[in-house]
Amino acid sequence: MRIALMSDVHGNREAFAACLEHAAENGIDRYVFLGDYAGYGADPGWVIDTVGDHVGRGAIALLGNHDAAVLGTSVGMNPVAADAIDWTRGQLDERQRRFLADLPLSVEDDDRLYVHSSAFEPDAWHYVTDLYAASRSLMATQAHATFCGHTHVPALFHMSRTGKFASFDPVERVEIPLTPQRRWLAVLGSVGQPRDRDPAACYAILDDAAYALTYMRVPYDIERAARKILDAGLPAMLAARLFDGY
Amino acid sequence: MNPKRLEAGQVIDGFTLEQPLPPGGMASFWRVSRPGTDMPMLMKIPLMRRGEDPITIVGFEVEQMILARLTGPHVPRFVAAGDFEQPYIVMEFIAGRPVKSFLDNTPLPPAQVADIGARIAFALHDLHRQHVIHLDLKPSNVILRDDGEAVLIDFGLSRHDQLPDLVAEEFDDPVGTGPYVAPEQVLRDRGDPRSDIFALGVILYFLATGERPFGEPQRAAEWRRRLWRDPVPPRRRNEKIPPWLQEIILHCLEVDPGERYATAAQLAFDLQHPEQVVLTARAERRERDGWPTVLMRRLRTPKRLPPRDRTLSGLLAGAPIVLAAIDLAPEGAELREALAVAVRRVLTTSPGARLACVNVLKTSRIMVDPETDAHGRNLHLQRLIELKRWTRALPIAAERVTYHVIEAVDPAAALVDYARHTRIDHIVIGARGSSPVRRLLGSVSAKVVAEAPCTVTVVRLRQEPGAAASG
Repeated sequence: MRIALMSDVHGNREAFAACLEHAAENGIDRYVFLGDYAGYGADPGWVIDTVGDHVGRGAIALLGNHDAAVLGTSVGMNPVAADAIDWTRGQLDERQRRFLADLPLSVEDDDRLYVHSSAFEPDAWHYVTDLYAASRSLMATQAHATFCGHTHVPALFHMSRTGKFASFDPVERVEIPLTPQRRWLAVLGSVGQPRDRDPAACYAILDDAAYALTYMRVPYDIERAARKILDAGLPAMLAARLFDGY
Repeated sequence: MNPKRLEAGQVIDGFTLEQPLPPGGMASFWRVSRPGTDMPMLMKIPLMRRGEDPITIVGFEVEQMILARLTGPHVPRFVAAGDFEQPYIVMEFIAGRPVKSFLDNTPLPPAQVADIGARIAFALHDLHRQHVIHLDLKPSNVILRDDGEAVLIDFGLSRHDQLPDLVAEEFDDPVGTGPYVAPEQVLRDRGDPRSDIFALGVILYFLATGERPFGEPQRAAEWRRRLWRDPVPPRRRNEKIPPWLQEIILHCLEVDPGERYATAAQLAFDLQHPEQVVLTARAERRERDGWPTVLMRRLRTPKRLPPRDRTLSGLLAGAPIVLAAIDLAPEGAELREALAVAVRRVLTTSPGARLACVNVLKTSRIMVDPETDAHGRNLHLQRLIELKRWTRALPIAAERVTYHVIEAVDPAAALVDYARHTRIDHIVIGARGSSPVRRLLGSVSAKVVAEAPCTVTVVRLRQEPGAAASG
């Protein structure tokens, strides 16, 4: 089975559509969406509806912190993110809000765990950006492989049986075997707002027969996505950062 | 799983154990068979002594990871791997002769040392092109197939440039095999393909002299010595070693990787062309360096190395072997100049490049060709002189250029053969103007483009519209 793992779409229709098309050409059997469909981008409604369609066909979808913020309060967010959340609230209808409200924080699937932020206190939205944060997540689960998003920076952490933690910067299109001898934590990067200085949309494919993970980068029409952000009256820096991938 | 319990006839995941083979230090080996598979196969099962020895576990994990994605004649073909409950790797059984078996007859004649060395170097280059550094190259890890190709085995300490380095993350001390480990490995740098070139230099030294250049240090702390102490020059140990071979061996054994051959293909090229090896002070060295020099080196030895900024593929790309195919016909002067411009462009962007200037002396099929021209000059020699003159303005050091006049009936086939045999990365060749006859018969450059195993740049003089094409 080939599983497409996509996180942090953030209302970027152009990036999401490009990744879905790329995935469709790569023989995907199952889709997993790891949260944050809303916030920042100009098309949250379309993104949520598209995720909903996939869920209707068997896809897994999780709740992200921006989705939770749309439903509740944006306390603790920076002003730009909070602006975007306020704008997004006005864009969604009741059905879309109910869809978000029903999403789980994490899902276990065979020997895999899917979670938006970290396996350690998923509802506290910890960022897995370093070895320490990764080790807390790895210690919080028995899953062979954990997949998360939230940081917008792709990374791969692992823990050996002797308790050594290490990190690795994945190289795009290179199959990485998630060997059975250790536990793995894959941070997926972002579809709709990459922040690792590569503006191309990022997602990953897991082949569960070979147990190999492959990170993909998909170029998309950034100009169009950015123009829509400006036209919607959202903060201009949300459009500008798409070009830098930062 | 306790390997002692295995018996012939037992079946593991569809593989029948046929016959035990002599065990290695960290694994036991069985010949195995499977219905429907004709290829001779071997099953490698890690020896888990006293539960869990990290180097065995991690080494096995790494080998499973890396061998599964290697291809080609220089590695055993991967067949299957068993997971943690029943760990094993099934791979092609390589029939042939381990390089280790040559050690009983050392010192070997220089020509044989060069031949074995070139075969191993080609295997290394193929491995490096697949993003893998072996990092435990030694005679017991190389087998020469019956057809002569070298096969590298045991990737338990290897490093894949695009995958997590599980070995580095597990161990705080350097890992490797004492006599062969490169200086930068001692400093825990596991990212340099030239570490394998150092290890090959140790093998060449051993085969040529019968002795190991740095002895057999057991403890990792003793490995550091090679950072400042140079080995006894090979010719001092065996006076039959010619200067070119000492030059090559000591070139491999330079402490600074930047002073070694840039790629294994460049090393193989020298081993294939002993007469073209440019001799430096290395070739004439008769004594080890004096104590003041050694002491200075020791004091300047860094504790660790600065982080590297180049990937393995980047290193290889920066050090190609470029072949310039040069037509020395008198009417081709303008085209030769254009060819030099194109070669200059390639060399400018590849500072580690080597340049092989090749001219094909076309011979006829039936007649015995004259060896001298109308003025009684030796044709071969005359052409070498002209090739040298052609390179005089190119931005490349003299010791990186070689000159070859090849005699052949079919020039295109000869160029393609040569490129294949010496692992040329890039051919630059001129094309004379197009004409109906040339299109009909096929030009040399067109045939080279069609059949070469590498990149080909074709240089052609611009033809003005309406100008008559020359033949």
